[in-house]
Amino acid sequence: MLGRTLREVSAALKQGHITPTELCQKCLSIIKKTKFLNAYITVSEEVALKQAEESEKRYKKGHSLGDLDGIPIAVKDNFSTSGIETTCASNMLRGYVPPYNATVVQKLLDQGALLMGKTNLDEFAMGALGSDTGGSTRNPAAHCGLVGLKPSYGLVSRHGLIPLVNSMDVPGILTRCVDDAAIVLGVLAGHDPKDSTTIQDPVKPFVLPSLTDVSKLCIGIPKEYLTPELSSEVRSLWSKAANLFESEGAKVIEVSLPHTSYSIVCYHVLCTSEVASNMARFDGLEYGHRCDIDVSTEAMYAATRREGFNDVVRGRILSGNFFLLKENYENYFVKAQKVRRLIANDFVTVFNSGVDVLLTPTTLSEAVPYTEFIKEDNRTRSAQDDIFTQAANMAGLPAVSVPMALSNQGLPIGLQFIGRAFCDQELLTIARWFEKQVQFPVIQLQELMDDCSSVFENEKLASVSLKQ
Amino acid sequence: MAAPMLRLCCPGRRWALACIDGCSRHRRGAPNGCTSSRKRGQSSVAQQPFITAQKPRKGEHEWAAVVGLEIHAQISSKSKLFSGSQVHFAAPPNSLVSFFDASLPGTLPVLNRRCVEAAVMTGLALNCRINKKSLFDRKHYFYADLPAGYQITQQRLPIAVNGSLVYSFCAGKNRSQVINKTARVKQIQLEQDSGKSLHDDLRSQTLIDLNRAEGQLRVDANISVHHPGEPLGVRTEVKNLNSARFLAKAIDYEIQRQINELENGGEILNETRSFDSKLGCTIPMRDKEGKQDYRFMPEPNLPPLLLYDTESLPAGADPQQVIDIDRIREQLPELPSVTREKLVQQYGMLPEHSFTLLNEVGLLEFFQNVMKETRAEPKKVTSWVLNTLLGFLKQQNLAVSESPVTPSALAELLNLLDRKAISSSAAKQVFEELWRNEGKTPAQIVSEKKLELMQDQEALEQLCHAVMEGHPQVVMDVKKGNPRAINKLIGLVRKVTLSRADPTVIKEILEKKLAS
Repeated sequence: MLGRTLREVSAALKQGHITPTELCQKCLSIIKKTKFLNAYITVSEEVALKQAEESEKRYKKGHSLGDLDGIPIAVKDNFSTSGIETTCASNMLRGYVPPYNATVVQKLLDQGALLMGKTNLDEFAMGALGSDTGGSTRNPAAHCGLVGLKPSYGLVSRHGLIPLVNSMDVPGILTRCVDDAAIVLGVLAGHDPKDSTTIQDPVKPFVLPSLTDVSKLCIGIPKEYLTPELSSEVRSLWSKAANLFESEGAKVIEVSLPHTSYSIVCYHVLCTSEVASNMARFDGLEYGHRCDIDVSTEAMYAATRREGFNDVVRGRILSGNFFLLKENYENYFVKAQKVRRLIANDFVTVFNSGVDVLLTPTTLSEAVPYTEFIKEDNRTRSAQDDIFTQAANMAGLPAVSVPMALSNQGLPIGLQFIGRAFCDQELLTIARWFEKQVQFPVIQLQELMDDCSSVFENEKLASVSLKQ
Repeated sequence: MAAPMLRLCCPGRRWALACIDGCSRHRRGAPNGCTSSRKRGQSSVAQQPFITAQKPRKGEHEWAAVVGLEIHAQISSKSKLFSGSQVHFAAPPNSLVSFFDASLPGTLPVLNRRCVEAAVMTGLALNCRINKKSLFDRKHYFYADLPAGYQITQQRLPIAVNGSLVYSFCAGKNRSQVINKTARVKQIQLEQDSGKSLHDDLRSQTLIDLNRAEGQLRVDANISVHHPGEPLGVRTEVKNLNSARFLAKAIDYEIQRQINELENGGEILNETRSFDSKLGCTIPMRDKEGKQDYRFMPEPNLPPLLLYDTESLPAGADPQQVIDIDRIREQLPELPSVTREKLVQQYGMLPEHSFTLLNEVGLLEFFQNVMKETRAEPKKVTSWVLNTLLGFLKQQNLAVSESPVTPSALAELLNLLDRKAISSSAAKQVFEELWRNEGKTPAQIVSEKKLELMQDQEALEQLCHAVMEGHPQVVMDVKKGNPRAINKLIGLVRKVTLSRADPTVIKEILEKKLAS
């Protein structure tokens, strides 16, 4: 049951094959068993069970709220959840319990979803999941064999999403299949008066048409994305995917996004600048961590912020403030904004030339083992990881990572589709066709856990082969 | 925290005039004159050099002073500029704080439409050019009353620019000469206000109230002096003046201080000063280290503010979503200068009286309501309103709206006076009675207190005769030519008539009798 799609589970709930409470208990049990993975910062067991109870009542009466009623969901810990600790994985917000729900959280709860808990992330999302600023939804999705969707900027409300880069952040959706992502997007999309950057136009419901004929499609392959660092496996899968479209009648052409090589640096300048600004509110006065020093306000600020932020965060704040200094502003910030416009225009040009969707890798390779991962510093690592994903954030375009196949090591590899702004529906339609073609295997979590039970007991992390 | 501010020549939180060169509450940066681009909120008023009233010392050539004002004025609106929380004067501390005001993570600013309209109205009233597109920025600094660590303002491109305000002041002997001057308004910008800090020295702590609805005037004045024809001098900034009176005092003091300093060979430091209202002087504020760099950055959560006029209004636009400058212009109330001019023309009022009438809230309306119901001459009405009524109000520190005497009551009183039913001293008595607000009409009071003027000429003549008979010595004095003696007689008659006779008429009768 836990491996099924949203619709399947929803149908099962409606038919009474399983109750929300049972589903919830199953989830909680797996969460407990996988605790050593540290995926959850907060497990909201009581809340979830209570919600399950209410969902059950609704199902009994035949009044389910929709496809998400009784469905367990997890929310990244940088979304504000009322009454549930929200930390952004930072010492700075340890113990912070917000008094309000982020709009997207509220929408999910209004649909009857069960909030299992708040998931872990890099401190203040400077590298992780569930929100997508540079690829933080799509990257993990690719590494874990999931669908990771970053909607168009402005389609989904950011109210309550603790910001990293306001002009690039988008709530991201992680699901098992494209259909599920479309269902969730349908619930979340739309204007929010509390977020002035959401579009005003009414949003059509996300019903994905069944695509059978791709002969009218034009797929673009950006040549600048063929970098030497790309692993051969990913390169070959990318190629395979292109051929797949071509063999089914689609037009597949090479396109150019000439300013690609500048995007990492540009992103870095803009990101750190906004971060420096957004982190200014963490001063220990109104909420969150406060140090013990009370000699003066300034001394308190300094100590609080040193204790509350890790060095990645502090490093970015310092960089960002540097770029925003009067004497640097023109040369760095404004320059980066100009380059950003050029990057966005690259996409416009390509889409105006008849391309419907771009097909690119999501990551350079399969997931790297932890010991390898920690060899590079955060900045280098981020730069490498985000290389294919952050341009879509810079340009505000919708992008989705779809799992394609397992690597030789048995780890998932996904590919990314990038679409036109606000053409999320079209993007997902194509993604779903692709998903159907490649038939990525569903993870058999129970089996996996049984196989590795000894490992789990020892609470040791290891590269585990998922080869069937 | 986001109480709306239009920095313009208005006090209050909702106004934020942009500071030229990004001046801050803490320090100011640029040297040389007030002509820097204050973007933020304040409308920089008065770039006009103005000769000091003091005579130049030591026979030096004259000095000219330049004054630029940054005025923080609070917009009159029900809720704050960027958050939905309400605005109430004198609410308990931290009782009107929304999540956004407290800078809770994840909250976003939402622009208040009414504040934008208010800014446009003000811009139009001050002859500014309204920018159809204006932008919001973040101005960063750390301070306890600024929870987000930055203030949202309009530094790059404010909502209105290049306006002017014509003002008059009365000079010369008797203040009868009216001089017109023009002050330039550099710009108007919308700005978020910070919280209120209350320093508790006893416990060495500062308390912060994030309600931010002070309702007070707050002006920063930039002052420099120079010799006409020479470049502008180094300016100082005098911060946080909260009344027009203090503003004037501070400016006068600072101008003189600078002149004295320079004439004695000293130099003026580009510094921030505060005004000590008790001592009547400006003193340097404690200097923060180094230059403040506010690291301005565009506010990413607020798209550019687009305004339209009838020409550019997109077809089928939802009126709730767009602001039409022309529509706002049509709805502008009559501006004060126009009203004053009308008063002068219509009623032959002295210009300085027109100022007083307009400068007191509700007084003009009161005056006009009295005029509607009385036949008395405008000059009389003016006098009663500006002298008597206003005098009583000021004495008890009341607003016009709190006046126990209504316009109708005063009109009735003036009518009685006008048709000589009562004397003017009786009228004053009636007014005092009305002030006590016991629900009686002027006619009732006159009747109760028997204040009606004697209408019976014959009876009055008889009384005069009786008094004259009764006081031969005084009559003698009058006949001898003592000018004050007649007043004594009049007084005696008045006493006898219980002040119910018009002294002018009494005098006439007595004189006639004395002559015969």
